[in-house]
Amino acid sequence: MYQQEQPILTVKSLNKRFGHGCLNCQGVQKEKLVGNYCPFCQTVYACQNISLEIYPAEILGVVGESGSGKSTLLRCLYFDQDISSGEGYIQGYKDGLVNIFNETSQQKRYIRNHLFGMVYQNPYLGLRMNFSSVGNIAEKLIGAGSRNVDFMAGRARELLKKVNIPDYRMKEAPENFSGGMQQRVQIAKALSNNPPILLLDEVTTGLDLSVQANVLDLIKRIQRDLKISMIVVSHDLGVIRMLADRTIVMLNGRIIEQGLTDQVLEDPQHAYTQQLVYSLL
Amino acid sequence: MGYVAVKGGTAAIEESIKRLRYERLKDEKVIEVETIKSCMRGLIDQIMSEGSLYSRDLAALAIKQAEGNPEEATFLIRAYRSTLPRKHYSRTIDPEDMRVERRISAAFKDIPGGQILGADYDYTHRLLDFDLYNENLADIREWINKYTGTPAVDCRQSSGKLPKVIDLLRTEGLIAQAANDDTEPQDVTRESIRFPTTRSQRLQILTRGETGAVTALGYAAIRGYGILHPTVGELRVGYLPVYIDYPIANSNTDEDAVYIGEIQVTEVESLIPEVKEKKMGRKEIEFCIGYGICYGQNETKAIAMSVLDNCLEKSHINSPVHNEEFVLMHIDCVEATGFISHLKLPHYVTFQSKLDSVRKTKRWEEEE
Amino acid sequence: MSKYNFAFFDEGSKREIRRATLKAIAIPGYQVPFASREMPIARGWGTGGLQLTLSLVGTDDVIKVIDQGTDESVNAVNIKKLIKITTGIKETEKTAEATIIQSRHRIPETELREDQIIVLQVPLPEPLRIIEPSEYVTKRLHADQEYSGIWLMLFEQIMQHGRMATGADHPVLVNDRYVMAPSPIPRFDNPKMHCSKALILLGAGREKKIYAVPPYTKVQSLAFEDYPFEVEDMSARVCRLCGAKGIFMDELIDEETQEKYYQCNDVSYCLERLNNENDD
Repeated sequence: MYQQEQPILTVKSLNKRFGHGCLNCQGVQKEKLVGNYCPFCQTVYACQNISLEIYPAEILGVVGESGSGKSTLLRCLYFDQDISSGEGYIQGYKDGLVNIFNETSQQKRYIRNHLFGMVYQNPYLGLRMNFSSVGNIAEKLIGAGSRNVDFMAGRARELLKKVNIPDYRMKEAPENFSGGMQQRVQIAKALSNNPPILLLDEVTTGLDLSVQANVLDLIKRIQRDLKISMIVVSHDLGVIRMLADRTIVMLNGRIIEQGLTDQVLEDPQHAYTQQLVYSLL
Repeated sequence: MGYVAVKGGTAAIEESIKRLRYERLKDEKVIEVETIKSCMRGLIDQIMSEGSLYSRDLAALAIKQAEGNPEEATFLIRAYRSTLPRKHYSRTIDPEDMRVERRISAAFKDIPGGQILGADYDYTHRLLDFDLYNENLADIREWINKYTGTPAVDCRQSSGKLPKVIDLLRTEGLIAQAANDDTEPQDVTRESIRFPTTRSQRLQILTRGETGAVTALGYAAIRGYGILHPTVGELRVGYLPVYIDYPIANSNTDEDAVYIGEIQVTEVESLIPEVKEKKMGRKEIEFCIGYGICYGQNETKAIAMSVLDNCLEKSHINSPVHNEEFVLMHIDCVEATGFISHLKLPHYVTFQSKLDSVRKTKRWEEEE
Repeated sequence: MSKYNFAFFDEGSKREIRRATLKAIAIPGYQVPFASREMPIARGWGTGGLQLTLSLVGTDDVIKVIDQGTDESVNAVNIKKLIKITTGIKETEKTAEATIIQSRHRIPETELREDQIIVLQVPLPEPLRIIEPSEYVTKRLHADQEYSGIWLMLFEQIMQHGRMATGADHPVLVNDRYVMAPSPIPRFDNPKMHCSKALILLGAGREKKIYAVPPYTKVQSLAFEDYPFEVEDMSARVCRLCGAKGIFMDELIDEETQEKYYQCNDVSYCLERLNNENDD
């Protein structure tokens, strides 16, 4: 069903390397890596030749063990980290013709503030912990150009209500909140400017099971109501199974398998995916 | 009429300045600048180092004018310094050429050239010497004659160059080989710094730093907020010759260089072990060097500087002493004392403005 | 004092400061770093303003120095004295007579002209410092025009107190580009910066920055659409000496009656009004 549509985000051959590389690991001899690591120069090839597409209102799951490069991928997309090479195009940005990774840092901020929402595994990265919850949401709206206090406060209340933060705690700072509540404030913040693309990095990791279910439910509901495209990164196949329409499996910085989530989980092709799926059973 | 400061400010200030002069003179004692120069070596060295102007005469004059207040004396020197045009930059000085007066190593017992204790308080007991109440010139002269007559004293200075202790480790491969960095240093007093800074900028700011501030941060670093215990590879106190390029012809050779004098400095090279990752994941421990250098004999400061130099090379470590902005922006004597003391200035207008805000918000809270 | 140069500095230093000043004028509101010199008055006591003044002053200039609205405050007297000793130029207390006005925490009530320069002393030039301690970061925030942090601070004040709760030094947006600290002038003086006929120079000696608002430049105090910028409320205040209204007033307590009364903060403005009265 997606094939008729234009992808909202296209990533082509994204590479992210930590380190300078050396004769051993660059070019044709790349096979000499141990995992994604060059033992000669300690360079880590965190993302190698990653290409992907996301369609409107689609949830793309990215699964893999820790160190597989999936979080780095998200951070590259959100410009938290500079990429080593690659291209990225967003449908709603300059007609999808301009490589977003080549834009100035000013333009990248514009993209972050207007087109992306990000929810980090660690809420400390996504929130100003000692500002009010309302203020946290306003920050994103301010970034997107709003200068009206009543509008922003109203929008913040509406979103915080949506993520089940009680009215009387909205002016409180997230540092006083539990992990699950912080995560919900982060989600509300990420949603505040109606971004077409939401990036979610291990959002349920470290939460109690009941709270996890709560947050997953919330994400599902938001996706249904707002028709936002999402990239959901998780090491937890349960999360992927519940949320993702399509899934990418990453290992050592590469995509080793991809397809419809059901297909990947029911009939895994790659040995690693098989191991991953069977261990879940 | 109760008007505050319509008139009279000028007169009050003039009187205050007179009062200050009176406080300096009221006991009717004159201390000669020459006396200060001869008897207050420690203070002079501190002022020269913090003031970043190598002149014992001016430091002594500043100390006299400031009644011995080091922050005030440093301030005088710095303010004078900024009226001086920068006419020359010296040629590179090689600390190996030092005429060494004191030289110790905490790393090795026996070092080529030997340990030279020189003059330092380290080996004294800190007991007040009440005899100094009644010192007389005749006794002093007698003591000096006796002291200088002792043959051992003749070899209290090294005759030639002494090898550097760290070079021993370097030949053994325990210190990373570093290529000579001949980048022209940026003069922080002439060009504003930007972050991240270069090492030359950091070293300049550290050596100009207030002695207490540099010591305190260096102490914090070795007590738990930074690198662990460093070893003083070598500490030297001595004189370095200073040359400038021959100014008339456009010459920049050693032969044509003009000798303009020598400066006394304290130089410290601290050794800090560091794990370096080598090929194939192999890890090796190497020593890296923290460098400290100050005008005059300022040993504590120079050691603390060497510690901070190394800390600031490792900016990825999340600790205040590894944060260059935290260290470099807060150790300057003139800046720190200036901003603290400005709190004494009237802030009537700003306070009035804040008062207006507080009253308005209070009204709102009462209405709520 | 003959041991010192005209206007204290060597000419090379003055040139460097003037170069930074020209750059500042060319990029309104942008903080230009400069190699601030140590001055014979303390860092934090107006050395930034003083360096600007000394780099600009010529023998024909007439200088006025104010601190907190008065020519006679300790800081003003101190600075004026140094300028006078090192240059020998004429000084004045009348705003209209001065060619260069160095001021701490006030812009005079009398409107300035195109042929005048006002030099403001700045303790903390970085308007974003309250939300971000690192210079490395704030420089990048300015480059990206990323000002959500400072807006958020104002938003939070409104959430907590029902209004913006800034005192002096309320941040402004200059020429639709840079957010700038106007120096600790009361909010009352912020509007005077907007389209000022006189060149406004701001100098921070300790923080080593120079910045500027060229004549006729747009200067907006940061405020929200539904929470407009407010100056200090002076509406009910009348100067006990000259009867002026609608200007910035000092609040004083009468020693005998313990009653509050008000006087013009800008003393030379007040004196001029009083003198004109006498002339009539």
